Parts: sequence; C-alpha cells; structure tokens
Amino acid sequence: MSDAVQAKVAEVVPHVHEEPSFWRRYVFSTDHKVIAKQYLTLGLLWALAGGLMAYMMRWQLAWPETPVPLFRWVPEPFMYDGAMGPEFYNALVTLHGTIMVFFVAMPVLLAAFGNFLIPLMVGAQDMAFPRLNMLSVWVFALASLVLFVSFFVPGGAASAGWTGYPPLSARVEYTGVGWGLNLWLLALALEFASFLMGGINFLTTAINLRAPGLSMFRLPLFVWMQMIAAVLFMLSVGPLIAGAIMLLMDRLLGTTFYLPAGGGDPLLWQHLFWFFGHPEVYVILLPGLGIVLEIIAVFSRKPVFAYRGIIYATIIAGILSFIVWAHHQFISGIDPRLAMPFSVTTILISVPFAFVIFAMIATLWKGSIHLTTPMLFALGTLANFILGGVTGIFNGSAPVDIYIHDTYFVVAHFHYTLFSITVLGGFAGLYYWFPKMFGRLLHETLGKVHFWLTIVFFNSAFIPMHFVGVGGMMRRIANPLQYEFLQPLQPLNVWITVSVILLLLSQIPFVVNFVWSLVAGVQAERNPWRANTLEWSAPSPPPHGNFETVPVVYRGPYEYSLPGSVQDWLPQDCEASPRAAAARA
Amino acid sequence: MLSWLPENVSTYGADIDSLFTLIYYITGIAFLLAEGLLLLFLLLYRRRQGHGATYVAGDRLGELAWVLVPCALVLALDLWIDARGAETWAKVKGSAPPADVRVRVVGKQFNWEVFYPGPDGVWDTADDRRLENELHVPVGKVVEVLLESQDVIHSFFLPHLRLKQDAVPGRKIPAWFVATKPGRYEIPCAELCGFGHSGMKGWLTVHTSEEYSAWVQRQWATFPHAPATAPAVPRLARTQDATQTKERDSSDSSLFLERRRRERG
Ligand code: HEM
Ligand SMILES: [Cu+2]
Ligand SMILES: [Cu+2]
Repeated sequence: MSDAVQAKVAEVVPHVHEEPSFWRRYVFSTDHKVIAKQYLTLGLLWALAGGLMAYMMRWQLAWPETPVPLFRWVPEPFMYDGAMGPEFYNALVTLHGTIMVFFVAMPVLLAAFGNFLIPLMVGAQDMAFPRLNMLSVWVFALASLVLFVSFFVPGGAASAGWTGYPPLSARVEYTGVGWGLNLWLLALALEFASFLMGGINFLTTAINLRAPGLSMFRLPLFVWMQMIAAVLFMLSVGPLIAGAIMLLMDRLLGTTFYLPAGGGDPLLWQHLFWFFGHPEVYVILLPGLGIVLEIIAVFSRKPVFAYRGIIYATIIAGILSFIVWAHHQFISGIDPRLAMPFSVTTILISVPFAFVIFAMIATLWKGSIHLTTPMLFALGTLANFILGGVTGIFNGSAPVDIYIHDTYFVVAHFHYTLFSITVLGGFAGLYYWFPKMFGRLLHETLGKVHFWLTIVFFNSAFIPMHFVGVGGMMRRIANPLQYEFLQPLQPLNVWITVSVILLLLSQIPFVVNFVWSLVAGVQAERNPWRANTLEWSAPSPPPHGNFETVPVVYRGPYEYSLPGSVQDWLPQDCEASPRAAAARA
Repeated sequence: MLSWLPENVSTYGADIDSLFTLIYYITGIAFLLAEGLLLLFLLLYRRRQGHGATYVAGDRLGELAWVLVPCALVLALDLWIDARGAETWAKVKGSAPPADVRVRVVGKQFNWEVFYPGPDGVWDTADDRRLENELHVPVGKVVEVLLESQDVIHSFFLPHLRLKQDAVPGRKIPAWFVATKPGRYEIPCAELCGFGHSGMKGWLTVHTSEEYSAWVQRQWATFPHAPATAPAVPRLARTQDATQTKERDSSDSSLFLERRRRERG
C-alpha cells in the first residue's frame, strides 16, 4: 500500500465499537443502515396509506357516491356512511399525490437506498455526518407526523392538489380548509429540510469517503445518480421554499403575494413550483434508474454499456431539467410566445434519456441474462418507463397539450413514469439488496408471482387511463357522471378501478414474502448474486462500521465476463488478476 | 387510441388532432421498436449452460455508435415534432383572426358567467347581457372569448373544440375558436377550483346563422337596455336562458352557506 492510501485508511479506521443500547441501536441510531431502514419503514407505511387512498378515489370514480367497501368507519364530515363528497375527494387527490411523491418515492428511493448503499458502495464505515443523518430522519419523522395530524384538524386536510395552486390554496374561504393546508405546507417544509441534510451527506460521503483506489469514474452508477439527484434537489428547492413561505404568509398574515386584489400574481407560484417540480421528478427518477442499472449489469453478466456516456447524458438531462418548467403552464396564461421555447427544450430532453434507455437495452445485448426476481422488476421498470417517456412527448408538444393538459392522459403519463420508477424500481432494489439489508434471501417464486401480478394489473389499470384522457376526462374531478360527454367512458373507468383493486391485492404476496423471509428466509451469504460492487464485500448484513478491513479498489464496478477470466465476475476490491480471483473465490 | 377523441368541431382542432396523430405514430413506432428489441434480447440472450456473456463496455466509438445513431434519429424526430408544433401553435395561439363575435367569460366558484356586449358591440353599456353557464355562438364565425376569473384559477375547456385556457384572477386572457358544426357542447372547468370543481360546467350552443339571429333577436328583445350589472337582470336572464344552470349556483350565497345547504340535502 502506498503512503497516501495508508494515510487515508488511518483516517477512516478509528471508530469506537461498543455495544449500544436498544434505543441507540434501533431508534436514535447514527448508523446509516439503521437510518435507511427507518426511512424504508416510514416510506412503506406511507405507501400503504397512499395506495389505499388511490383505491378510495378509484372506487368513487367508478361508482360515484356509493359507499367505499372497508371504509364505512370513516366519520362525518369526511364520508357519509362510506360515501364521499367532493371535498373529501379533493383531499384524497392532494394527499395521495403529496404522499406518493414526497413521503414514498423520496424516502424509499433516495433516503432508504441512498443511505444504505452509498457508504457501502464507496467503502466507508458510515456517512460523512452520521449525526446530521440521524437528524434528517427525525426531521422526516416529524414531517410525517405533521402530515398525519393534518388529516384530523377541523376543516380537514389540504385539498388544493399536490401542486397547491393559489389563490385556491392562499385563502381559507376558497377551500374551507384551514390548518389542514398550513400543516401540509409545514410538513413539506420539514421534508425539504430533511432531504437537504440528506443530500449534503450523500454528496460529502461520495466525494470524500471513497475507499483507496475508488476514483470518481469507478463509482457505481447508482452513486452517480444519487449525487446528481442531490445536486438537482439542492439547486431547485430554494425557490420553492421561498414560494411556500410566501404562501404561508398569504394564509396566515394576510399578505397578497399570490392575490391579484392586493397586487400579487397567482402565476408566480406556478413558476416557483415548477422550477422545482420538474427537477424534482428527476430527483426521484435518477435513483430509480441507478437501481435498474446496477441490477441489469449483474444479471446480464456484462458491463453497463457506455458507463461514462450515461453519466454525461444524465448530467445534460439534469441541466436541461431547469429550463423546461413552463411546460406545465402552456395554457396557464403565460405569454403564448414563451410556449414554444419550453416545448422545444422539453422534447429535446428525450435525447439524453433515450441515450440512457438505449444503453440499458444494449447492456442486455450478448449478455447471459438471468431472470431473477430483481431482474424481472428491473426490466419491468425499464419496459414500463419507456411508455411514460414517449407519452411525455405528447404533453411536451404545446399544441397537443392544449387538449390533454389536466386530463387523464397526463395522469396516465406520470403514473407510467412515477409508478414504474417508484414501485417497480423500488421493488427491484428491495428484492436485490434485501439479502444485504437483512441477511436473508427473499423467496424467489413468491417474488415472481408478485412481479407478474403487479405488471399485469398495473398495465391493465393504466393503459386504459390514456384512452379516458384522450376522451377528454379531466383530472381531479370527483364524479365523471356529472358530464354528458364522459358517459361513454364510464365502462373504462370501471375496468380501471377493478384492475386497481387487483393490483393492490397483488401486493399481498410481497407482504407475506417480506415478513416471512425476515424471520425464516434462507441465510444470505456475503455475495449471493455474484456482484462486483463493494457492498457485496461486506458481511450480510454488514455490522456497525460495515467492513472488516478497509477495502481497496482496483477497478470499475462492472467488470463482468472479462475475457480470459474463469469466473464471470471480478469484485472491485479484488487485488489479483482474473485467474487468481477465481482461486480466491 | 385516437378513436377515443371526441368529435372535433373546430377549425384548428383538425390541426391539433393531426399533430396528435403524427406524434402518436412516431412515438408508437419508436416505442414498439424499443420494446421489441428489449424482448428480442431477452429471448436471444437468456442464460444457457456453456454460453457466457460477451464483454462489451460500450466505451469505444464503434460500439457507442449503436446507441448514438438511434439518439440522432430521436433528435431528428424531435425536431420534426417541434417544427410541426411551432406551426400549429402559431395558428392556434399566434395572432387570432379578427373576431365576429366577442364574449367575456368570467369563471367563479362554480360557474361560468358569460357576458355579451350587446348590439352596440361596446362593453359596459346598457345593452350588455349576462348569462350563466350558457354560451351561444353562430357556426363558422370567429368567436373571441376574453377569460377572467373572480376568485381562483379555473380552466375553460371545450373538449370538442380542442380549446383549453386557464382563467386567472387579475388577468384578461384572450382565446378564440371557430365552430364548424351546430350542436350543444359541454364546457367543463379543467382546473381544480374547490369543492364544486367537479360538476362545474356550462354549455356551448353552436347555432346555424339563422338560428343565431333568432336567438339574438329573442335576447335583446326580451330585455331591452338593461344594465348588465343591475342585480335584477341576471336573475331574469338566468331563468330565461340558463336552462342548464346547475342547482349548485353559489353566486349569491357564501360558500359556507352553500356547503351546509348541500350537506343537508
Ligand atoms: C396503486 C397505484 C396507484 C393508483 C391506483 C393511483 C391512482 C391515482 C389517481 C386515481 C389519481 C387521481 C386522479 C385525479 O383525480 O386527478 C392519482 C393522482 C396522482 N398520483 Fe397516483 N396512483 C398510484 C400510485 C402512484 C404513485 C406510485 C405515485 C408517485 C410516486 C403517484 C403519484 C400521483 C400524483 C403526483 C398524483 C396527482 C395528484 C394531484 O392531482 O394533485 N401515484 N393517482
Ligand atoms: Cu415537468
Ligand atoms: Cu374548476
């Protein structure tokens, strides 16, 4: 070992190992792995809530104003013996969107996987700032609590849509919602604070705590994606926080930032929101893509095609994501001359993403593809995400958006991207890293059953949603039967709802698998998938401090099927030549 | 999928639909190619005993070309869509043709108020007329709609005419259309605007020119020279014209009264 390397090792190694108490270990822990599981737990609980809300909305859309089975217990004035009114529907839409984006996708894809994997993948003992990390999860827990409480305050929960457009959101009298909406804003503010702390940690860890030999271009793509996502989040969230404070002031102090009567402008919020909002969807997307890339390489037994190209393409897409925001506002009253420039940048973003998608497909070419459950979910993410990508072109084309804006075509589009990435991508990651997280393997057959049911019913629910949208059905309406031109679409709405119910039931095999494997699954070895990245060199599950010795990295993360090698994988920290590596294994 | 589009009854609707169709075919083919290739690779390169993977890092230009050339193709198609889009946008949202009929539409929780300038063609004069949720226009004429809002953001949506435009408080936003077929068409609100958003809708009646003249005759014969702002007139106008006015008209009751009334009912 060179001196420089030794110095670096010495810097990382001193770490006190003592047996912490139960509380320190599972609740107030600074261990990145425990924090990851805390985020995962909260995220999965919220996913259950968000999923049940989706079910309630879908029931209402198929059979408006009839009692929703299982929900007769909900008291008035939310529901009337299980049937809902439009106020409650609006609250459900708002909270479903908010929960799924900020309390499921972010904590699971970014926080849980990022926390668990970044230190392991860079060969560090923990995050750069473990206490900040603990603070971030507790601030997130507080945000969760505030959001939860917001359901139960007088006036009910926020109901101005997850985008919270003023003036609707700026004055109590427009919605009748008082503290529900204030708390919603507060919960978002806390959530942003939490993820800013997380982002700082991710970046610092990935840049400063890399193991000896692990240069930036030897980092797994998952780490790159997390870093780019963290930067996008940090650069975009500031304007929204300012916007949210102004909104809160309009609500609480009677200012008029967004109210024309007092000289304000409702469109100001839309610009601030979407300047954040579009990068934000990539903040969710990129970690999901990172998960899929890792998995596709391992189960094709091939290097990721165009590793550096993917990094550059993602950075380009990230930069472009800051100049597309007005594609949400083509018909919002902005100067019509502004629309086409934003339309062009939006559609151009398809080029870097096409690069990433094609590179993923090219990775499969001449591979030795092993269809394990994680691989199935990764491929499912890819296959379904492509549909979300192409429908984005419709929305991005300003003239077409005149018609499809605020219809179910848009709802179908963003569920193909968000559901694919969050749910399918999240499951891919969970099936893949579960052995590392919990030291046991998930059951493969149950996993495959779960996969096929999910894919079938997801598509059966969301493909027809495009047709409903093309038929003109508006989003965020509580009762399509109030419109004559939507009557012919009602059979589709019923079909979608039935599929959604089946989709939700299809998650039962996962729950069974998860709980059962946690206690009785097959013990996982260190590297069950024969993967190269550093996390697989640590024990399963890794102890506090992660590695027995500081790993030293000799190569990139995807040296699979290297010519002349006996085995088809070559861990990053394996010093020897390919042949000797075979002997070691 | 395209067959789900409601019948188009406006001039530029055909342009929007044809752009929609173009994008549908371009992205449809690209989608099928990508998915087909994905599936093909999965079938061809399934793990088999004795067949390892081939090491291809895709870092040399010769290999990268396999991805870069399709990307160039995507770029070309994008530019094509953009060019067609710019053309259509200019037609729909660029300079509007001179208006034959002018109306003001004011969104409010939860109705569309429609104002006509009356025979003198001048706003804020005694012959202005206000209707609730009723818009009457002649076929084949350029109709200019000036959109405003009294409270929150609404969105004026005419699905059959491929027209949608937000109505934003504090702004007057122009929109226009030429209807090509007589009939009655719904005008839903497409932007979440509160608890009555679902069901907030009006009706567009497209008349033949004779019918329209007759309608105008009736309107301005029944209520000669009544100021639009006078409280009595809208009421009369409502009972006379707005046959489709919803019972959930909250124009003159506070939202909370409204809410309670609805809860009791
Ligand atoms: C079980 C799967 C899901 C179903 C059945 C579902 C269904 C729905 C429905 C019915 C709506 C409301 C449409 C409307 O009235 O406008 C909606 C809105 C939305 N969903 Fe989902 N969804 C699911 C999963 C997800 C996921 C995983 C995400 C994100 C990660 C997500 C994000 C959103 C967002 C952002 C909205 C918009 C909310 C708004 O309009 O304010 N959904 N979803
Ligand atoms: Cu966007
Ligand atoms: Cu509305």
